[in-house]
Amino acid sequence: MRSRFDEQLELLEEMLTRMGELCEVAIAKATRALEEGSQKQAQAIIEADEEIDQMEKDVERLCLKLLLQQQPVAKDLRRISAALKMITDMERIGDQTADIAEIIISSKQSAATDIKQIGTMADAVSKMVRDSVHAYVTKDLELAKHVMEADDYVDNLFDTIRDELVEYIRAEKGEHGNRIFDQIMVTKYLERIGDHATNIAEWVEFSITGVHRDGANL
Amino acid sequence: MGKIEIKNLDLFYDDFQALKSVNLDVEANKITAFIGPSGCGKSTLLKSINRMNDLVEGCRIEGEILLDNENIFRGMDVNLLRKRVGMVFQKPNPFPMSVYDNIAFGPRTHGVRAKSKLDDIVEKSLRSAAIWEECKDRLKKSALGMSGGQQQRLCIARALAVEPEVLLMDEPTSALDPISTSKIEDLALELKNDYTIVMVTHNMQQAVRISDNTAFFLLGEVIEYNQTEKLFSIPSDKRTEDYITGRFG
Repeated sequence: MRSRFDEQLELLEEMLTRMGELCEVAIAKATRALEEGSQKQAQAIIEADEEIDQMEKDVERLCLKLLLQQQPVAKDLRRISAALKMITDMERIGDQTADIAEIIISSKQSAATDIKQIGTMADAVSKMVRDSVHAYVTKDLELAKHVMEADDYVDNLFDTIRDELVEYIRAEKGEHGNRIFDQIMVTKYLERIGDHATNIAEWVEFSITGVHRDGANL
Repeated sequence: MGKIEIKNLDLFYDDFQALKSVNLDVEANKITAFIGPSGCGKSTLLKSINRMNDLVEGCRIEGEILLDNENIFRGMDVNLLRKRVGMVFQKPNPFPMSVYDNIAFGPRTHGVRAKSKLDDIVEKSLRSAAIWEECKDRLKKSALGMSGGQQQRLCIARALAVEPEVLLMDEPTSALDPISTSKIEDLALELKNDYTIVMVTHNMQQAVRISDNTAFFLLGEVIEYNQTEKLFSIPSDKRTEDYITGRFG
């Protein structure tokens, strides 16, 4: 029954998975570009953002087509409306990795301090993005909740790194101030990516339970 | 307390049990939709509300249907019940007579004779059914010359002419085109201010669009009865979910 519709829903899942993978790759590349100060890598991230933007349009078109043709109700309606919300957050993740890339391009210098912690943070948010999309595809409520919890870890990392960088500026008496400021910006973008992954996880929860923690019900 | 309270209703056609222990309250001035696959008992229950199954040979009913707390099976005059509970069928069934006489038929049966009174009833009923403007100049012409959508609104006007409290509608738009369907749906939304409406529909989007409450029937049982928005967004029973998402069976 409804095999055509089920096939279209599977296509939607595949597209969302692909979009999530693009976001992950962009985050990984941004971290590497930051570590290596690679302009070339940074430029590639900006190009990848265009692909993410295109995917957003493609998924949006598919969702609107499904709403029109299938007039979904219940879990189908929740899945499609959640997907529509999720891609907005994924698109923002793409924008923020592009913002990180632009910082790398404009600073034209490698990082001033040890950025291992920023790498740790990038890994954490990358996992959040991967897990949130995977939770959607596998309808895994527990995994979605783990993503929401992981956001606290990322927020703490942000606070720690920021404090360290501020301390570094103080110790160096303003030396490398611009570069440190850039690193704080990068850290902030990663923290925002964590927030977007959390938003995605919240929509996954809605798609499974019908209740959104910010009060939206369907 | 509901306008109509159905309590432990069992209905048998000889040995076949068409309704199984149905319990359901129909709220006043609301549209209640009955949905479910063919043969699930929804039309049978609808017809029971104005005792149209009484004429079916071998039909046996146990349990109660209360209309304003009064048992319709015990001591209630069937003609009076059907005056209070009107019915509109799937296919428009105007009588082979003029538009005017179609509407005046019920009131005449109930003893209204004065022409001025009948004129008033005809105009008021046709206005309430949103068809007055289309037929005020052809009241004396045969109702059979009207389009399907007009005929269905005429049948609604005919049901309204005896001033019922409840309107039962058995798939009232399934034989109509989208424009006529939309008119009937708008009309139902208007009418619920003054009447209690119970509607059987196979069109689930129609149930979503216009009903306040929905009951899902399966094999003679009410599987789920809830506010329409809830039933169609977070159904509590998997069988409801499978049916409304088209994955039934």
